[in-house]
Amino acid sequence: MTTTVAPGAPGKGALGTKSQQKRRNRYVIAPLILIGVNVVLFLVFFVWPGALGLLYSFTDYRGVGKLNFIGLANFQKLFADGTFYAALGRTFVYTVLSVPLVYVCSLGVAALLVSKAVRGRTAAKIVIFLPWLISPIVVGVIWKWLFGQDFGFVNFIISTLGGSPVPWSSNGNLALTVVIFASAWGGTAFNMLLFIAALKNIPEALLEAAELDGANAWQRFLNVTLPGIAPTSFMVILLSTIHAMKEFAMIQALTNGGPGTENTLIVQYIYKTGFEQSKVGYASAASMVLMVVLLAIALIQLRFNRKKG
Amino acid sequence: MATAANLPPVVAAEAAPGAEKVESIRGKRGNREGRAKLSVPLTVLMWLIAAVYALPLLWFLLSSFKPGSELFSYPLSMLPREWTFQGFVDAWERVDFAQYFLNTATVAIVTTLLTVFFSACTGYALAKYNNKGTRLFFVCILATTMLPTEVILNPTFSVIRDLGLYNSLAGIIVPSVLTATGVFMFRQFFLTVPDDLLHSARIDGASELAIFFRIMLPLSRPILFTLAIFSFQWRWNDYIWPLIVLNDPKWYTLQLALRSIVGAENIDWPVLLGASVISILPLVLVFFVFQKYVLNADVSAGLKD
Repeated sequence: MTTTVAPGAPGKGALGTKSQQKRRNRYVIAPLILIGVNVVLFLVFFVWPGALGLLYSFTDYRGVGKLNFIGLANFQKLFADGTFYAALGRTFVYTVLSVPLVYVCSLGVAALLVSKAVRGRTAAKIVIFLPWLISPIVVGVIWKWLFGQDFGFVNFIISTLGGSPVPWSSNGNLALTVVIFASAWGGTAFNMLLFIAALKNIPEALLEAAELDGANAWQRFLNVTLPGIAPTSFMVILLSTIHAMKEFAMIQALTNGGPGTENTLIVQYIYKTGFEQSKVGYASAASMVLMVVLLAIALIQLRFNRKKG
Repeated sequence: MATAANLPPVVAAEAAPGAEKVESIRGKRGNREGRAKLSVPLTVLMWLIAAVYALPLLWFLLSSFKPGSELFSYPLSMLPREWTFQGFVDAWERVDFAQYFLNTATVAIVTTLLTVFFSACTGYALAKYNNKGTRLFFVCILATTMLPTEVILNPTFSVIRDLGLYNSLAGIIVPSVLTATGVFMFRQFFLTVPDDLLHSARIDGASELAIFFRIMLPLSRPILFTLAIFSFQWRWNDYIWPLIVLNDPKWYTLQLALRSIVGAENIDWPVLLGASVISILPLVLVFFVFQKYVLNADVSAGLKD
């Protein structure tokens, strides 16, 4: 916040006339009108459900009837629940593997797309950007089709080359691999735009100076480019991490948490317990744990930014 | 927040024009030779990567033109041996697709209009009025990015139900109007609009709201379009809100319909492929018309939804 119009500081003395009072009101009422609708939406669709979720997590509410407080019983049960740990653990594995892949893909593509040596950049940019248009559900469909175990294109190629078909959907780790590929494919486009904007902001003189000093392309990238785009890198990593932690739709279409429940991620776990089994209280307790995890991630990011700033 | 827009502008490039000239003559020659040498491998690499990205989509598109019998007959061929539109026709007729299409379009268009308008209002207020209220609300908006709907599914459902929005399109539209990304995009834009403009309009006697509607809103046209496309894409592709709000199939959106096809015990692949391709078309159309507002946008100001 650099350029903000400061309304006259209150209590300037005897000159605080009527017209000044009026102007001060203008500066308070006008923005209130402008933000009004969003304030109401914020209260109704964030504060209210947030508070309700916290409340539910201490009850054995099942979607109907009265709220029956049971203290910390949900959390005690949750921390002893193997399926909860499995879901949370699988979510961490997924996040730790998919975020670096998305990061490397989007930065690599962006670096190529800003390099003047590459021909046909506009067309390439459009091709790589296309997956952004596709919904997580359809991304799931596309990759399920590509990696079908019996009729998929990838297994067809593998067997044509003399290999034996790979069990993409009946092996848990392979199924997760496909999910990770799909998430990188779908997630590259937007992050690539962020990186392109950041890369264009790096002063060319800086790179040229480094070149004159004898730095090779890789050294220039490591010592000039990478520090220059650090804020964007942090943002991409934070956003991708949060995105991965709440991955839901794409997995629903691609594997539905399968094989079995091996790749059930945390949001799917919450959805299953909360809606399909209508254990609302219990699911809310799990939600609160997820929220704390997301908050912790955000705070770590904030810490990093502070250190730099 | 760490955004690329917060980076210092390109000042260094103009720092020392004299010194640069000498360097650039020498540097350019070296550069050009280096570039020419690198041009071929880098271009090849770029297009190889582009091909890898295009392959899943291409395979999926071409498959949708194959008749059902050809989908599973080995050896597979990239191009359909026999081109057919049967999958699309089946999808359109059998799954009540026209209705889902209409529902999705209604939600996407109405929400987008509301989102753009209210984000502009809020972003402007947060950028140009600095008081306790706006500062507090800025933090509140920031907090919403930490509390995605996915984290509060059940309580959100309760709220929707208690408001009487359950099983209606309004139940998807209203909660989606407020987005942090939209607000931040506009705030970031209005921060770059000089305050002098505001002051002189005030001196001319314009009221605060008139300044916003007559001067500021028209100024923000590029951001308006960018957010409109973003919002349209988010709402068109949204899955989680329709999933918790809608129950009656007659209100289903495309994503819910697709999910019910792909979630079936025996997946009807010809229909699924046709339906998926149809569901993408409107977005592709919008994208190719308004491409420059997406690809050239300084999206760094916002966040991904």
